[in-house]
Amino acid sequence: MGGWISPRRLTRLGMLNMNRRNVDYIARYNERSSYPLVDNKLKTKLAVSEYGVKTPKLIQVVRQQHEISHFREMAEDLDGFAIKPAKGSGGKGITVITGRDGDDFVKASGAHISVAMLERHLTNILAGLYSLAGTPDVAIVEDLVQSSPALAKYSYQGVPDIRIIIFQGYPVMAMLRLATKASDGKANLHQGAVGVGLDIGKGQSLNAVQFNRPITLHPDTGLALENIRIDDWENMLEMAARCYEATDLGYMGVDLVVDAHQGPLLLELNARPGLAIQMANGCGLLPRLKNIEALKRPHFSPRERVHYAMETFGKL
Amino acid sequence: MTARSRAPFYVFVFLLIAAGISIATWRHLELGIPWMTGEQRPVWMIEARVDFDALGDAAEVSLHIPEQPPGFRILTEQAASPGYGFSILESPRSRRAEWTKREVSGPQTLYFKAQFVPDEDVTEQTPVRTPRPQAVFWEEPQATAVRELLDQAMERSSSPESMTRELIRLMQPDTRTQNTTLLVSEDNYLQLMVRMLNHAGIAARTADALKLEDARRRQQLVPFLQIYNGERWLTFDPRTGEQGVPESLLLWRQGSESLLDVLGGDNSQVSFSMLRQTVPALQLATLEANQNGLGVLGFYQLPIEEQSMFRMLLLLPLGALIVAFMRIVIGIRTSGTFMPVLIAVAFVQTTLVPGLIAFLSVVAIGLVLRGYLSSLNLLLVSRISALIILVIFITAGLSIIGYQMGFNTGMTVTFFPMVIIAWTIERMSILWEEEGAREVLVQGSGSLFVAICAYLVMSLPLAGHLTFNFPELHLVILGLILLMGQYTGYKLSELRRFTPMKAYD
Repeated sequence: MGGWISPRRLTRLGMLNMNRRNVDYIARYNERSSYPLVDNKLKTKLAVSEYGVKTPKLIQVVRQQHEISHFREMAEDLDGFAIKPAKGSGGKGITVITGRDGDDFVKASGAHISVAMLERHLTNILAGLYSLAGTPDVAIVEDLVQSSPALAKYSYQGVPDIRIIIFQGYPVMAMLRLATKASDGKANLHQGAVGVGLDIGKGQSLNAVQFNRPITLHPDTGLALENIRIDDWENMLEMAARCYEATDLGYMGVDLVVDAHQGPLLLELNARPGLAIQMANGCGLLPRLKNIEALKRPHFSPRERVHYAMETFGKL
Repeated sequence: MTARSRAPFYVFVFLLIAAGISIATWRHLELGIPWMTGEQRPVWMIEARVDFDALGDAAEVSLHIPEQPPGFRILTEQAASPGYGFSILESPRSRRAEWTKREVSGPQTLYFKAQFVPDEDVTEQTPVRTPRPQAVFWEEPQATAVRELLDQAMERSSSPESMTRELIRLMQPDTRTQNTTLLVSEDNYLQLMVRMLNHAGIAARTADALKLEDARRRQQLVPFLQIYNGERWLTFDPRTGEQGVPESLLLWRQGSESLLDVLGGDNSQVSFSMLRQTVPALQLATLEANQNGLGVLGFYQLPIEEQSMFRMLLLLPLGALIVAFMRIVIGIRTSGTFMPVLIAVAFVQTTLVPGLIAFLSVVAIGLVLRGYLSSLNLLLVSRISALIILVIFITAGLSIIGYQMGFNTGMTVTFFPMVIIAWTIERMSILWEEEGAREVLVQGSGSLFVAICAYLVMSLPLAGHLTFNFPELHLVILGLILLMGQYTGYKLSELRRFTPMKAYD
């Protein structure tokens, strides 16, 4: 579907655009001082834990070049783990190890990787290769998320995650992100992952898009994307809504995964969430954001806010 | 956090833009800096030639020169007179060019040249002391004739001006009566007018003017009549009674000072030749700005080397404006925010095609070498440092090879900012590894496209002219960039990106 769409139609659809997101929402509702909290996964973990938001278990933090040797000792007994740059963004620099094959590790994609390669990867992370401004970084090693089979089956490799936009503590829009072959097992939409819009009211799938184009079947697993339903939806929304108290960020993206054993876990927070979620949902963010902005008396508890959002923004 | 009112912001931006435009307009009007390049202005080059026969002893020649003729500004003055000492003497009543020589004999020729710029804004200086009419004594029978003539003119007039006009009319040959014929003889007409007007209580004097016509030689000054009306001197043509100074008239001498004094010579005479020249308006403006001190506000007084550096620097805001527009309004993705501007600056120096070829080959070779570097497993800082050195090697190599092959353009590679290129290569390479070749192509061509747009604008002669000669116009650019920072509308690229939303409308 090529061609162009007129700005009038986009306005009618209430599509939030990048300039407006930056000026009217991110700049206005997100305090600069809160950014380090979300740009650094280690700080995020600590901040949200006080508010009862669970994150994948932290195994090790590699802060200095010489600590990399400890990584080898620690990794001896582990089967699966994820190495992440604390200040990475957009899934950059994340390496997921799912198993062992002799001395080598096996990546989520099935590729083998040696310890030396992993150590080099850690070095790159410490040097700041993946960090936002190229500043020195620390690497965190986390427990591997065992994705719940109900969702995992839709995703080609990788862990499906759920992106929820939280505006002033209210969940306003959500989508499920499924990795594909094109996205190399990553759940990033612009790399080719599938985005499935989720109804805020029930956690039911709405539309699906890949590369901004609507699809009905997952390109790799071939499964229909129409009738996905997220379990325990209300609790997930509440967990996401609690991140507002933890960070004070008025406009953010909350990335959750559903672990088979531990339930919903927070993967990361994003102070500059993308706009593709609107296409996955087939509707614009602006009317919902304006609805929240127009509230005379905001609800205080995360639960109340979630109820309000589920009633107001639910499709049915 | 609540939405602050944006009114003060818009007022501020409006003030910025208004200030920029009004300062520029003021400088255009005041200093005559032209809006366009290549604008020409007429300038009158007038040469006064003094001839005399020296008597074999010390000679001193003193020529009256204009100080502030109405309707003209003096641009340059110079004297050509071999062997003579020359100076310009200023006194409250007149300006005189003075040539001196100890021993001189035979026919002598001295030249004084001045350039005059027509300028309607220049008016007569008001005299420091109010001129008073001089007392004049007449002998009979002239006294009676004068009295009658004056009475006649007085009767038909209401002011000094009309009185003068009426008197001139009465003195014309076709209206002459017995009284006038008695008074007028061929060579005393103007002096007679001055005396009569003074007698009538109107301060009057003579003035000498030059009729400006292109490429005339051996012209003589034409006498004019001036009266003081209580505020300023008014000029009349004593032959027609016409009032005012026509555009083509340059008042060379006003007042009672003599035109030419020669000591130690005789047979002296002065004649004028004139030429209408055109000079670039900008050259004129810089010349005058330097003379009257207003040049402080521009870059004209800086050394030429710094001037050319500023010429470059002042183009940067234009590039920034284009980058802001391309990214905010059009939505083109570039690698590195202002990398395109720096590349465009380099293009300005290398010209487009050689610059493009050089840039692309440096980046391509750099990417290949970066591939090898990444397998060495280096820390980021040392990898970039190594890359900078490699980029310098590549540019040096390209320059030498280009030169040996006879392309001087190869040398222009050195204009590219090495560090920026190194970073560009590094970013491109990481982008390639993480997002694939397609994204590299998108961002690379986006950057090049923006760079070329910026280059095209920055290389316009008009752009260079306006940014350098009207630096205050940068306030306007600043205002526009600030305004763009508030643009919350859709980007052009989003109109395409969000097209699938049509399905949900």
